[in-house]
Amino acid sequence: MNAPVVFEGIGASPKRKEDLRFLSGRGNYTDDINRPNQTYAVMLRSPHAHAAIRGINTAAAAAMPGVVAIYTGGDMVVGSLPCGWLIHNKDGSPMNEPGHPPLAQGKVRHVGDIVAVVIAETRPQARDAAEAIAVDYEVLPAATSMAAALAAGAPLLHEGAPGNVCYDWHIGDLAVNQAAFAQAKHVVEFELVNNRLIPNAMEPRAAIGDYDRTTDQHTLYTTSQNPHVIRLLMGAFVLQIPEHKLRVVAPDVGGGFGSKIFHYAEEAIVTWAAARINRPIKWTADRTESFMSDAHGRDHVTKAKLAMDEQGKFLGLHVSTTANMGAYLSTFATSVPTYLSATLLAGVYTTPTIYAEVKAVFTNTVPVDAYRGAGRPEATFLLERLVDIAAKQTGIDKLELRRRNFIPADAFPYQTPVALQYDSGDYQSTLAQALKTADWDGFEARRKAAAAQGKLRGIGISTYIEACGIAPSAVAGALGARAGLYEVGAIRVHPTGSVSVLTGTHSHGQGHETTLAQLVTDRFGIPLSQVDIVHGDTDRVPFGMGTYGSRSLAVGGSAMVKAMDKIVLKARRIAAHLMEASVDDVEFDRGTFRVAGTDKTKAWGEIALTAYVPHNYPIEEIEPGLDETAFYDPKNFTYPGGCHICEVEIDPDTGHTTVINFTAVDDVGRVINPMIVEGQVQGGIAQGIGQALLETCSYDADGQLLSGSFMDYTMPRADDVGTLSVATHETLCTHNPLGVKGCGEVGAIGSPPAVINAVVDALRDYGVTHVEMPATPAKLWHIINSGRRAAAE
Amino acid sequence: MPQVTLTVNGKTHTVEVEARTLLVELLREKLRLTGTHVGCDTSQCGACVVQMNGDSVKSCTTLALQAQGASVTTIEGLAKADGTLHPMQEAFREYHALQCGFCTPGMVMSAIDLVEKHPAGLTEHEIREGLEGNLCRCTGYHNIVKAIGAAQEVMHGRSATLAPAHAAE
Repeated sequence: MNAPVVFEGIGASPKRKEDLRFLSGRGNYTDDINRPNQTYAVMLRSPHAHAAIRGINTAAAAAMPGVVAIYTGGDMVVGSLPCGWLIHNKDGSPMNEPGHPPLAQGKVRHVGDIVAVVIAETRPQARDAAEAIAVDYEVLPAATSMAAALAAGAPLLHEGAPGNVCYDWHIGDLAVNQAAFAQAKHVVEFELVNNRLIPNAMEPRAAIGDYDRTTDQHTLYTTSQNPHVIRLLMGAFVLQIPEHKLRVVAPDVGGGFGSKIFHYAEEAIVTWAAARINRPIKWTADRTESFMSDAHGRDHVTKAKLAMDEQGKFLGLHVSTTANMGAYLSTFATSVPTYLSATLLAGVYTTPTIYAEVKAVFTNTVPVDAYRGAGRPEATFLLERLVDIAAKQTGIDKLELRRRNFIPADAFPYQTPVALQYDSGDYQSTLAQALKTADWDGFEARRKAAAAQGKLRGIGISTYIEACGIAPSAVAGALGARAGLYEVGAIRVHPTGSVSVLTGTHSHGQGHETTLAQLVTDRFGIPLSQVDIVHGDTDRVPFGMGTYGSRSLAVGGSAMVKAMDKIVLKARRIAAHLMEASVDDVEFDRGTFRVAGTDKTKAWGEIALTAYVPHNYPIEEIEPGLDETAFYDPKNFTYPGGCHICEVEIDPDTGHTTVINFTAVDDVGRVINPMIVEGQVQGGIAQGIGQALLETCSYDADGQLLSGSFMDYTMPRADDVGTLSVATHETLCTHNPLGVKGCGEVGAIGSPPAVINAVVDALRDYGVTHVEMPATPAKLWHIINSGRRAAAE
Repeated sequence: MPQVTLTVNGKTHTVEVEARTLLVELLREKLRLTGTHVGCDTSQCGACVVQMNGDSVKSCTTLALQAQGASVTTIEGLAKADGTLHPMQEAFREYHALQCGFCTPGMVMSAIDLVEKHPAGLTEHEIREGLEGNLCRCTGYHNIVKAIGAAQEVMHGRSATLAPAHAAE
């Protein structure tokens, strides 16, 4: 008797294929790799935020035990680490784009900027020698905050960026926008900060440079979300190594959240130096280095105003943002506050006119770039706080105000005034489902019960949308992207019928080895165990743009579907030949080829074998083999959306906030693996709760990083995050073959305003309209305590 | 150079180390047991947790020489010789309690110690507080807490098999 066949295709939740190796200590992360005759690199980093380098004395260090080489900026004169997105100013001129040398050239611009690299036989030897290097710094005044960098007479970071401005960009028609405000009944004005975050993937970045003199082949092992992109950027722009002489491997990667998208200096340094010393070089960041060298996230200051008519219908939105770029332009930094944020300012609402302007500023801090959500959390936080404040100001119920302004479910495709065209969504339904799950109607009773215990209960809501599935290349290109944003999938059917998928996406926690394999199982009808997902190696995978912007399934999965279409077509032709039928009459359904209306069938394995052993084969018409590649360029972004509701309780004596309940109902399109989607959303929510209640990056006025370790930067721990109720409500994406939208970032995008709206709601008796993130106990205690004092007086 | 003799996952090793060598460096670099990870330099993240003489320790804050004569278990030593996973490993898989896998070895080692030291069983709240020394950036902890709750029933013999994550399946 056959064992029952467990369905492992689309919609099933098989356990993850990758788990066994991770749970057994057999993962293969970059720092786990050792190359023969390997050396170790330590980066000497600037302790100053802004300084001229008057001299570097490496003599004593070079004489220390085990030291192989020491290089400084004078030795390594190469191309600049490139910025991948060109933004134009309001007047049409291009942004200021100062260079970013891997090793500092005469000047350092943030604490952590790399001054020298020490290469030694062991890591401790390299560390000892780095301490023996004497750098003569002339310390310069630093501009740490955006306000300081924009002030008259501020220290100038780059000669090529007067006033420390990178760009001053805008979108929308200002005259139309002003006209909307002129006829408004209500105008709500508001200023807020989106706090700067440090991504802190648990695996610190690492890189191994390796060089083969025999073949003149360079290999870089690196903690990257997109090895082909690193090959392109580093090869073409920094080191001038052609692609065919450069291999980039991103093996198991321990979390990214955006911070491992970018091309970092250390990657170029170890690749360059390995060829100089003709030995492999490994560099692994310690956590202190991660804090001062991984790109940070967010860091926007925004002024917004919303115009409404008498009934609270939104008439217009005006937004002015200053965005911190840090000391240099990281790979995608310039796109985050502009095309990944301002274009989301319609949210789920029918606001007819939106004008947004963004001034991007250089400061003496670590570069700032995409972090989980990248721009969309900033837009969502602004909108969903603004709507709550508008509700309070107009006296319209906050749910009713949202409902009145929702884009109706029958209005899709919906063109917003800020470039995007939403393809599908159903915001009333996600709202209704979330309200029910969270028992919104029962809240007042819970609030009273908590009050009887001396606690302050609050409930907050966020109805959000985001744009991901990045991105249609032509659209992105028109907006300034310097790369295509398609994805590549190759389906290699082996002679015995098992399948290797070569995907240009990269998994660093998302579970691609399972989810992407489910697509193959679903289509070809072969067990999940017969499908392997290959990723993260430019020598194995034809090409790819990697994983970020929740694009892996929507773009990478769609490329796989296109390649599988080609496989099925060819396989049907082979089957038709074997069954002496017309190809048009051969149907294929999950593993079986059948001549329509007959009992003539061929199994998947027979066709695969025939393709590679073509003895009885239409060799004049088709080539042997069953191996197809497809490039898929999406027609549009995808638009996940939904509703998050957070219920909090604040202890007035300590100011501590407890998340009592968090409810998310997200529309991520078709769900391939519900278990993995739930996990992705839960993780995103935890990061959103972290941003809202715990995390912030803090510099002092001299540019010293105050939150430079896990003892100073508050990461969410298990007892900071409560039970998370996560559900989905599907509307299908209309323009990709899977109907999927993406689930990687929704949690981090939708949640922060839900949390802060709940905190503000809990403080309703204290005259508070806003609390800046993170809503720490100290901050809330001061609010509550001054409220109590006022009441007592 | 000083020598240290210790037993790791049942096998005895004598290794030359510098006095400053950390236990995690010995495990990763000398014994090539790379399942134990280093995620920070302030003893906060717990990616490096191993068991030493029956207690969970942070191997990034333990000198290799302190392990003289000790019996150490790492993530590589948990499964049986035939490949059968430890109930905690099995629970993490069943409950999708890992994503990128980097914190996982330390998380599993800490969780085992936590459960072993509380034979009467742990509430959800106690599990959350017991994970104070382990950071995970991927999962939001929700499924980790569920996995530990399920694993403790098997580890304490109150249940012969692991409760499935989704009862309906």
